[in-house]
Amino acid sequence: MTAVAAPAHENPLIEGLERLPVHPTVLVIFGGTGDLAHRKLLPALYNLAHEGALPERFELIGIARREQDHSDFRAVARESIERFSRRKPNKDVLEGLLADMRYLPGRFDDDRVYARLKRTLAEFDDKAGQPLNRIFYLSTAPEFFPVIAGELGRTGLNQAERAETRIVIEKPFGYDLASARQLNAQVLEEFDESQVFRIDHYLGKETVQNLLAFRFANALFEPVWNRNFIDYIQITAAEDIGIGGRAGYYERAGALRDLVQNHMMQLLALLTMEPPTAFEANRLRDEKLKVLEAIVPPSTDEVAEMAVRAQYAAGVVGGVRVPGYREEDGVAPDSRTETYAALRLHVSNWRWAGVPFYLRTGKALARKVTEIVVTLKPVPHLALRSTGSVGVQANQIILTLQPDEGATIQLGAKIPGTGMRIRPVNMEFRYGTSFLSESPEAYERLILDAMRGDATLFTRNDEIEALWGIIDPILTAWREDTSSPIPQYPAGTEGPDEAKSLLAPRHRWNRL
Amino acid sequence: MKPNRCWPPGTGGTGCDQPARTGGGAAARELLTLPQDLWTARDTTPDDVEAALRNLVRRAHATDETLAPARVLNLVVVIEARWQELIGQRLAAVGRYHASRTVLCTVHDGRDTLDATAAISYEEIRNGIGVVLEQVEIDIGQEHLDFIDTIVDPVIISELPTVLWCPRGPDEVINRLMRLTDVILLDSDDQPEPGEALHRADQLLDSAYVVDLAWLRTTPWRERVAASFDPPWRRPALDQIAEISVRHQGRSRASALLWAGWIASRLHWDPAPLRAPARGGGLEGKAARPETEVGVKLEPTEMPTPGLAGVTLACEDGFSLSLDRAAGGLCAHRRSPDGHKATWKVLGASRGEGGILGEGVRQALLRDPTYGPALDAAREFCPG
Repeated sequence: MTAVAAPAHENPLIEGLERLPVHPTVLVIFGGTGDLAHRKLLPALYNLAHEGALPERFELIGIARREQDHSDFRAVARESIERFSRRKPNKDVLEGLLADMRYLPGRFDDDRVYARLKRTLAEFDDKAGQPLNRIFYLSTAPEFFPVIAGELGRTGLNQAERAETRIVIEKPFGYDLASARQLNAQVLEEFDESQVFRIDHYLGKETVQNLLAFRFANALFEPVWNRNFIDYIQITAAEDIGIGGRAGYYERAGALRDLVQNHMMQLLALLTMEPPTAFEANRLRDEKLKVLEAIVPPSTDEVAEMAVRAQYAAGVVGGVRVPGYREEDGVAPDSRTETYAALRLHVSNWRWAGVPFYLRTGKALARKVTEIVVTLKPVPHLALRSTGSVGVQANQIILTLQPDEGATIQLGAKIPGTGMRIRPVNMEFRYGTSFLSESPEAYERLILDAMRGDATLFTRNDEIEALWGIIDPILTAWREDTSSPIPQYPAGTEGPDEAKSLLAPRHRWNRL
Repeated sequence: MKPNRCWPPGTGGTGCDQPARTGGGAAARELLTLPQDLWTARDTTPDDVEAALRNLVRRAHATDETLAPARVLNLVVVIEARWQELIGQRLAAVGRYHASRTVLCTVHDGRDTLDATAAISYEEIRNGIGVVLEQVEIDIGQEHLDFIDTIVDPVIISELPTVLWCPRGPDEVINRLMRLTDVILLDSDDQPEPGEALHRADQLLDSAYVVDLAWLRTTPWRERVAASFDPPWRRPALDQIAEISVRHQGRSRASALLWAGWIASRLHWDPAPLRAPARGGGLEGKAARPETEVGVKLEPTEMPTPGLAGVTLACEDGFSLSLDRAAGGLCAHRRSPDGHKATWKVLGASRGEGGILGEGVRQALLRDPTYGPALDAAREFCPG
């Protein structure tokens, strides 16, 4: 465990600064040649460097199995940054970032890799004349997470004198509840929970964080944010593309693990949690945990009534014919992996008792959209007649996360004319029109937070287990059901008709 | 009325018959303006200008419903005609931080009518939205300055914060427009006499929030020094600073004073007026801290762009840290109490002067509680 003395002095110089200091750090990326490192991590690090947001002393080490030397790694890193950075790289900054980047080839269970890593870390400390904080970023296949954590512990790299040591673990964190628990136990054998940063990049998105601002910085919404006013809530994460070349991953994962267990359940937690007393890691995560624990997991017998799975069949998306899931390369012709999942959940607490939460996600649907639709209860008495119009409809608050970030409030308004005819109209707010700043990539924010030791946007061990605890019975029921047919929906549509069976009378899925 | 100016954005080409692109630096967004998005009139009124803008926006939205007007802030700029080109270039180079509606009032000698151009331009469509920016240019005469607020008032979006920038403009204009103003943008480095510039900023601070570009030029230097002393084991060194020196472009003494004022105010030093040394340029003097004094030096240096060139902080125990401007960031030099020396580069791309103005626009939406105390301390450092 890392032991760093409490600061004797506050730093008076940080008052008023928009960019808070990050202490000198060496970042070690396990899986440094992987897709995530190339598409996201290295470009994010460049953008942080460009903005002057990296620590004053920053070193980077990549570790992977591929045999190559430092200069090969730098060349590949340069190419990744030039290709995937959200801004055109500045030549001098890029050269500075690449200048002393190191690469260590080897297997993640090979002692010699960790011995070389130790020497390199010591070399960086010597060069800096001070111990650098250490971040071990596990961007590898999940089966290596316990291996690397174990090796780091065994070789004493899980702690450092006068410096912080942290471990960042990519998703998926576990494959089900049992494996998540096991992984937690393995990691926590070597690291203290305060050192562990389980990443869900969704939480780094500005629009996700803005859910908290939307709820807790506006007196307008909080009074109606409960069972007395809200009829139902639906969360949609729809994609218009199929699985592409990801059959290997997707056949094992499926829609429930891919999006519901992590991203969508996080959205649900942020939507339903009680206000934290402060925007601080454990207080926020305590509130999320409470609300996740208020979601009673279904028994396996109940799953058929509260969950629907389906696969896309051949169809047309955006005018292009696409094959069905079972016809995709790498997918078994009799695959039972779901490409669509819809759930009905209930949060059993005072605020939300009786309010259904409908979640749906799918591949090859009609449109790409991630949104939350909060439907309010209808007005108790309608003095206005609906003749000659679509009439008064329940108000909806629609929070769109992508692609068009913003919020829409659907209101009833009088149609101009002599009659008192009402129809729904939209009051819209779009991020792009109201802020000057460009949102940073989620990974930029999260890497910086990890370097600062701020775990607010990372998932805690108990939270991970609570998330899996809700999903696990559904996975079990679906795994055990090997005979009933998997509903099919044509690619390019709204999903399977079976999803409507989850809805209470009068409720409807919003059109994608 | 001259129809073919380089500002507002998109009017750079002759006759505006091509979609035009403007913007400066890597952070600039592409702006598009089409001919039908331009309105121009001689001897007009502010109400007509506002109506024209409304029509332009409505027509754009009717043509393409993904176009939506930006609603962040108004920027009102008042300049003399001789500065028009220079200021136009700076406005065009603010990168991504364009105001939602920019109102540029150009003051001409001998003019007694209002001529105006209204234009809208679009940022490229991203995530299904094309953000529409509105630009107004009004040519006014000296005699209009007495009631300039009545000209500007109808043209700004009243529910948005309004930022006023009068580069090299007379204070009477600022006073006239103060009732409409939430934020004053100024550049204390622009004034020939830093003491007067800081005094003026201090006076304006009583009436509105001030964003001082001279202060923003010190931001990376403040951030880096704060970070260098942030590790808990280094924080005690803040109580042992024996000397600070600031290297700056000759015309950026206000920036240097503000940086020195910042560290003095954050560390509760008591500044005394600096004086010119017997030899060489610059200023030097002392600030008092409990039981001892801190040496303070401001050293002008040759450099092409405004701002700071470097800072050094030296402690009683022999520790010192220097940061100097370098390609791709700052070059850091550290000497430990045991004499060990280290040099490295702190990465970061320069924002450039266009970026500084853009940052000024962005900062108008934020509030920095440390500028006021730093300004007070900087004024105390000013030679008597």
